[in-house]
Amino acid sequence: MKSFIPREVETLWTLFTAPAVWALHFLVCYVAAAIYCAKPGFLGLGFLDLRWLLGGLTFIALAFIVLAGYLAWRQWGFGSGDPPHDEPTRDDRKLFQGFATLLLCGLSFVAVIYTAIPLIFLAECQS
Amino acid sequence: MTGKLGPLLPQDQREAQEKRLRDVWETPSGWRYWTSVNNSEIGLWYGCTAFIFMLFAGVLALLIRLQLAVPDNTFLSANFFNQAFTLHGTVMMFLFAVPIFEAVAIFLLPSMLGARELPFPRLSAFGFWSFAIGGVFVCGSIFFGAAPNSGWFMYPPLATDKEQTGIGADIWLLGLSFIEVASIAAAVELIVGIMKCRAPGMRVNMMPLFAWYLLIVAGMILFAFPPLIAGDLLFEMQRMFDWPFFDAERGGDPLLWQHLFWIFGHPEVYIIFLPAIALMAMIVPTFSQRPIVGYSWIVLAAVGTGFLSFGLWVHHMFTTGLPQISLAFFSAASEAVVIPTGVQIFVFIATMLAGRVIFSVPMLFGAGALAIFIIGGLTGVMVALVPFDWQAHDTYFVVAHLHYVLIGGMLFPVTAGIYYFYPFFNGKKLSDAWGKIAFWLMFVGFNVAFFPMHFAGLRGMPRRVFTYPAEMGWDWFNLISTVGAFVFAAGFLIVVADVVRPKTRQAPAKPNPWNAGTMEWLNQHEESWGIRSIPIIKSRYPLWDQPDLRKNIEDGRYYLPDAETGHRETLVTSVLDGAPQQVLRVGGSSYVTMIAAFLLGGVFIALTYEWWWTTIICAIGTLIAILYWLWTGTAQIPEAEMRDAGLGERFPLYVSGPASVGWWAMFITMVGDGTAFASLIFGYFFYWTIHDDFTGGQVGPGWQWPLAAAALFVIAWGCMLLARFANTRNLASTMRLSIAVSLLLTIAGIAAGLMGPYQHAMEPTLHVYPATVWILAIWTSTHGAVALIMQLYCLARSYAGYLTADYDQDLCNVVLYWHFMVFTAVVTYLTIGLFPELR
Repeated sequence: MKSFIPREVETLWTLFTAPAVWALHFLVCYVAAAIYCAKPGFLGLGFLDLRWLLGGLTFIALAFIVLAGYLAWRQWGFGSGDPPHDEPTRDDRKLFQGFATLLLCGLSFVAVIYTAIPLIFLAECQS
Repeated sequence: MTGKLGPLLPQDQREAQEKRLRDVWETPSGWRYWTSVNNSEIGLWYGCTAFIFMLFAGVLALLIRLQLAVPDNTFLSANFFNQAFTLHGTVMMFLFAVPIFEAVAIFLLPSMLGARELPFPRLSAFGFWSFAIGGVFVCGSIFFGAAPNSGWFMYPPLATDKEQTGIGADIWLLGLSFIEVASIAAAVELIVGIMKCRAPGMRVNMMPLFAWYLLIVAGMILFAFPPLIAGDLLFEMQRMFDWPFFDAERGGDPLLWQHLFWIFGHPEVYIIFLPAIALMAMIVPTFSQRPIVGYSWIVLAAVGTGFLSFGLWVHHMFTTGLPQISLAFFSAASEAVVIPTGVQIFVFIATMLAGRVIFSVPMLFGAGALAIFIIGGLTGVMVALVPFDWQAHDTYFVVAHLHYVLIGGMLFPVTAGIYYFYPFFNGKKLSDAWGKIAFWLMFVGFNVAFFPMHFAGLRGMPRRVFTYPAEMGWDWFNLISTVGAFVFAAGFLIVVADVVRPKTRQAPAKPNPWNAGTMEWLNQHEESWGIRSIPIIKSRYPLWDQPDLRKNIEDGRYYLPDAETGHRETLVTSVLDGAPQQVLRVGGSSYVTMIAAFLLGGVFIALTYEWWWTTIICAIGTLIAILYWLWTGTAQIPEAEMRDAGLGERFPLYVSGPASVGWWAMFITMVGDGTAFASLIFGYFFYWTIHDDFTGGQVGPGWQWPLAAAALFVIAWGCMLLARFANTRNLASTMRLSIAVSLLLTIAGIAAGLMGPYQHAMEPTLHVYPATVWILAIWTSTHGAVALIMQLYCLARSYAGYLTADYDQDLCNVVLYWHFMVFTAVVTYLTIGLFPELR
């Protein structure tokens, strides 16, 4: 059976995966809430629907970050070596990339949760 | 750890090499000195100009403090006071804080990366001249009583009111738009430079931390500055032609400006802060005499801050009546950004604890910076909380907070950088004794000036009042602040005096006076060739870990030790592993950059005064200058395919597509352009959200013309793809024919795009809806016009023999432009054509 986990790729872009997920999640939460509050009843949704939708989105975003974190952990050799990863070799460069990506996944995970907290505590559009 | 090394040539041969290098990289003398494009000159001019603007804005600050020293003061008039504080903020942010980092980066990066030069030296020069002209224009306005006077963020409806603000707002908008050109030019230069011009072997895990920070900051510029450019465009259209983007009576909304301004304005704070903290990341390891503890953590901090800083903009708008749920998202992000910011401070502290700290003047300023910045950070956590912000908004508490953040996060680290890097550019140290006095005056003066402002603010003193009555209870706080401001200024004057005092009799410092570990300290400041030969890097701190590195470089035993071809050349390497790929020829001294910048300056200045003919003449002149620059300076066919780079290796001189630096420059520029376009689209949908009927009952452009325009642009794009394909098959006439067909389709597309709003007689001054449709159609048509020029350019290059199957940089870059072009056209015309039908 073919694994659904992507193969390892050599690029700088993977470093930015988790923060990009945070940015998308943040943008969708902001835009959805802004439209909901500016146009009450848009698409026939209530605040509870909005909460569930954004809650679901938060779950997907977190799951995606966990997946990215797993890939980063794999690139980091599952933690087999400790930083600083400063040797002039391709291996150390990959370990560094993996570790830095993993750290960014952690930060992004926390930041996505931060963004979602208002959805728990605020129940209306009051301005 | 020496690795590959070339032979040691006899001395006479080495001297001959040096002579050739010196001739090729020579800085022109006499008045032609100003045509230089070398990074060391541009960086120096950039930095000095930024500092002159900073001193000017500092004098304005002192005038402000004098006026506020006592209640009911009449030292300045209300109008002059308004101009003074507006210009103070504007100049400090746009003409000092951002440009100084561009200056430092242009100056230091090539040496730090072990490159001879950044990939686009003429672009740097163009950026500098744009900045200098725009800056003088904006600053000079105050001498004619015509300076902007509605605050550095120019809120409408005050700033759109021509009666209230005069020409000042136009000077602000157009002057700064012009300067933003310089910032985007710098972003292109820095990203490509850091990614592609590092010394061989300098893998991404070995890049100096300064480069990591600058890479992130340059990326941030691409997403932060364009929304402001889009906002400026809307703003100027309202001021010049009465298109009501921010006029609530005709469907506009002043809040859109606040959104666009702060989408720029908040990341801007981090665009200022990160490069300054990057200087700290170079200084702290040097004076701790050990590698940084937690290199990866710094990368986390830089990237994390870069992203999170885009989720903060609404925290400047907490009192505008947005729904609380929206405010809460931004409050959450504002608290989250504390994590990466804190990480880097702990990394510095850990590095100092793990090493043996040498207390020196740069470290003194660095430590002072941390202390001040932490206080600013703590008040930042306070104002990031919505309920607290409602109390403190627009009071002196915020003034205190922002000065703690900016002076602690930027001015003190930059001063540390001045002391640290001064020997880098003239081989002599600044005075330790003067430095210590300056530091204590600045540190004490700063806190005396700004700490009381917290209390004045909590007692209700609003920002931007030109005076206040005695019974408010603000007198003592203000008087103390004024005294502190002058002490602070005295400290800074000592720094200035130390920098400019003649040092002819002072003994030169050692080549690496602080015993630093990074490449820039190999610099031979008396030579303009950048680096004698380009070494192979094997450590994060090569000067500590690679013995004899300096000697081998100066003996010319690495790459490109000679300039026998008579061209300025540097090495291009791969992004991840720094493997050499290409010998890149870069532009030399030239008038054209300066002429292009002056003409473009003419466009913006003439627009300010609505001198239409001058505008048009200058615009045509700019176009001709840029075309001449491209024709004579880019995509030149080399005399040979490969170039011997030394160490027995040969690399191509000409590459195209994603392998070339020019392709990346186009890509990066167009990402910025795309962000500006996205901001305009955001505006379109913003108006949709705030109105029940966003068309305001006005007629739309219909769907027929917009869809026809979209289709024409898509086919034109297809023809460009075909042209590129035909060219790779060496079918020159098919390629030319495809471009010609595409050119005709583009003309038709532009016409069809404008026909929609034109034929439906949409009147942009009546309501914001027709204005928004027009602005999108004009934006896309203008991009179409630029595409036309590029197509004509490709045809001309092909007929002149400069564009062939093997040498196809021009065509590859133009096709890349077309990818963005077709995206812009499709989004524009589907939006304006179909959205009104669907809603």
